[in-house]
Amino acid sequence: MFKLSKDGLEKIKKELTRYETRRSAILPALYIAQSENDGWISPDVVMHLSEVMEIPISHISEVLTFYTMYNKKPVGKHHIQVCTNVACCMAGSREIVKHLCTTLNIHEDELSADKKFTVTRVECLGSCNTGPVVQINHDDYIENMSIEKMDKLLKELQ
Amino acid sequence: MEVKLLTEHYDKDEFQGISGYKKLGGYEVLKKALKMKPEEIVAEVKAAGLRGRGGAGFPTGMKWTFLPNNGQPRYLLCNADEGEPCTFKDRMMMERAPHQMIEGMIISAYGIQSKKSYVYIRGEYTYAARVLENAIKEAYQAGYLGENILGSGFTHHLDVYRGAGAYICGEETGMISSLEGKKGQPKLKPPFPAVSGYLEKPTIVNNVETLAAVKYIIRDGAAAYKKHGTEKSPGTKLFSLSGDIRKPGNYEVPLGYPLKDLINNEGGGLKQGRSLKAVIPGGTSAPVLTAEEAMKATMDYECLAQMGTMLGSGAITVIDDSRCMVDLLGVILHFYHHESCGQCTPCREGTGWIDKVLNSIIHGRGRQQDVDLLDQVAKNMMGRTICALADAAALPTISFVNKFRDEFEYYIREGRSKVKGSSYAEMHH
Ligand SMILES: Cc1cc2nc3c(=O)[nH]c(=O)nc-3n(C[C@H](O)[C@H](O)[C@H](O)COP(=O)(O)O)c2cc1C
Ligand code: SF4
Ligand code: FES
Repeated sequence: MFKLSKDGLEKIKKELTRYETRRSAILPALYIAQSENDGWISPDVVMHLSEVMEIPISHISEVLTFYTMYNKKPVGKHHIQVCTNVACCMAGSREIVKHLCTTLNIHEDELSADKKFTVTRVECLGSCNTGPVVQINHDDYIENMSIEKMDKLLKELQ
Repeated sequence: MEVKLLTEHYDKDEFQGISGYKKLGGYEVLKKALKMKPEEIVAEVKAAGLRGRGGAGFPTGMKWTFLPNNGQPRYLLCNADEGEPCTFKDRMMMERAPHQMIEGMIISAYGIQSKKSYVYIRGEYTYAARVLENAIKEAYQAGYLGENILGSGFTHHLDVYRGAGAYICGEETGMISSLEGKKGQPKLKPPFPAVSGYLEKPTIVNNVETLAAVKYIIRDGAAAYKKHGTEKSPGTKLFSLSGDIRKPGNYEVPLGYPLKDLINNEGGGLKQGRSLKAVIPGGTSAPVLTAEEAMKATMDYECLAQMGTMLGSGAITVIDDSRCMVDLLGVILHFYHHESCGQCTPCREGTGWIDKVLNSIIHGRGRQQDVDLLDQVAKNMMGRTICALADAAALPTISFVNKFRDEFEYYIREGRSKVKGSSYAEMHH
């Protein structure tokens, strides 16, 4: 069963009083919980949050299912998100997705056997002048991606 | 030539922090504003003719006057959700000049007499959110935010709220629902947010660039601001240039600037040996222009409207002759289908249908009647939905299909792209 760390619980308590209504704390709370649960939100996370936040499960589930940045199934330690919107496609981002899947021997959105990687296509990341753009987990962007650069990065992450 | 009003100091790293910002004149305009009457701020913004930079181009000052005088608390929301494909100006503004936006927000909040504002920033912008949070902390420490700002008696609190990956939260009513901790589904208007918005209180939603521009209107006065741009489109605008161009990036030019110059001068022109095929002038929801049309266009609200397209978010995507229009429309419509929130049948079904038909054409399974079908389905989606996402999907479809009909017909007939080697599906399946 998932349980928030003391620090995580503190942070969520702060969020509960930060906005005009407690309900606004759901989005930030899901981020906090996700970072303490290997990058995804399992059903027991929702139950735990509902308990500690005193907010109905239905309100939390409504948010969880609507937004793409909360992962509803397990993801790899390195969740590689490749922008495949217009400008990045023009810069060759689909080829990078395909290369990643072949190299890691996985389908998109799937967890690799060693649980290290997931590859996901995402929508425009707002860095269209430096495409292809990649974001790993929720960290800073990696810009001007190429197949060679990706291979090097994969080696570092292995 | 670029006219750097907002972006004057963007090349200086010190502009990001409060000490560097202040050294370059930062927060002086706030001091000036706090000595004015709130009504004077609103009047100045109205006189400047500033139009919203987030996409719809609604006159900002006029929007502000829609606030009812009923004693209810008022909220100001800065729309930093920047999701329209190929737009990347707001992210740069927040990363390079967070205090500029904050100063613009405090001045605007004073003008509309709001005690609380939020910056709603898209979840993916983690670096920009960090920069912003740090800048807000600095602004509080310096006394530009909080109780009784600079002894003026005006109190204002500003906070950041992070989205979590949903394009539709850029639509103002969707954004308000999201900020309330709910799913970000748009609501039918009226009531407009100015009357009933965040927590059903009067709320003004403005784009990052709009709020930053307010600072310069107050600094220079409406008359000086109006010297930039055209009569109906005053001021400068940041344009995000991407696609088949040598120097993609953000460029600030006066409204009314020729698109041709933006591409050839600021953008450095096309790549070696290539010719222009098309330009999407205002984000992917704007109808596409042919090369011939693009050469005649000027970047202002009225010219682009006259050409049947729009200025939108100011994202310009340049497309050269190496591209397949069928492939590109497929990418665009896949996006709108994915981002439809699903509550209106014409939008949910229409985007799904168009996405499916395009996908079958791209994979060589198109039927002759599909070209007209795409056009018809798109036309039937228009104007019948809660928000403008349905139109945002229909407009590119109609313009691509009608202006580049030969490419669609060729792809269907031959099962491959008219432009050899340009279709991803054809090359990789
Ligand atoms: C589907 C959809 C997405 C939108 N996305 C954004 C966005 O990302 N950023 C933005 O500023 N406005 C966006 N808008 C426009 C907002 O609804 C609103 O008009 C704008 O934030 C008002 O600010 P402005 O008048 O300063 O432009 C979007 C509208 C629609 C219909
Ligand atoms: S038009 Fe589409 S995105 Fe907008 S509210 Fe309706 S279904 Fe949702
Ligand atoms: S299209 Fe990839 S970042 Fe915008």
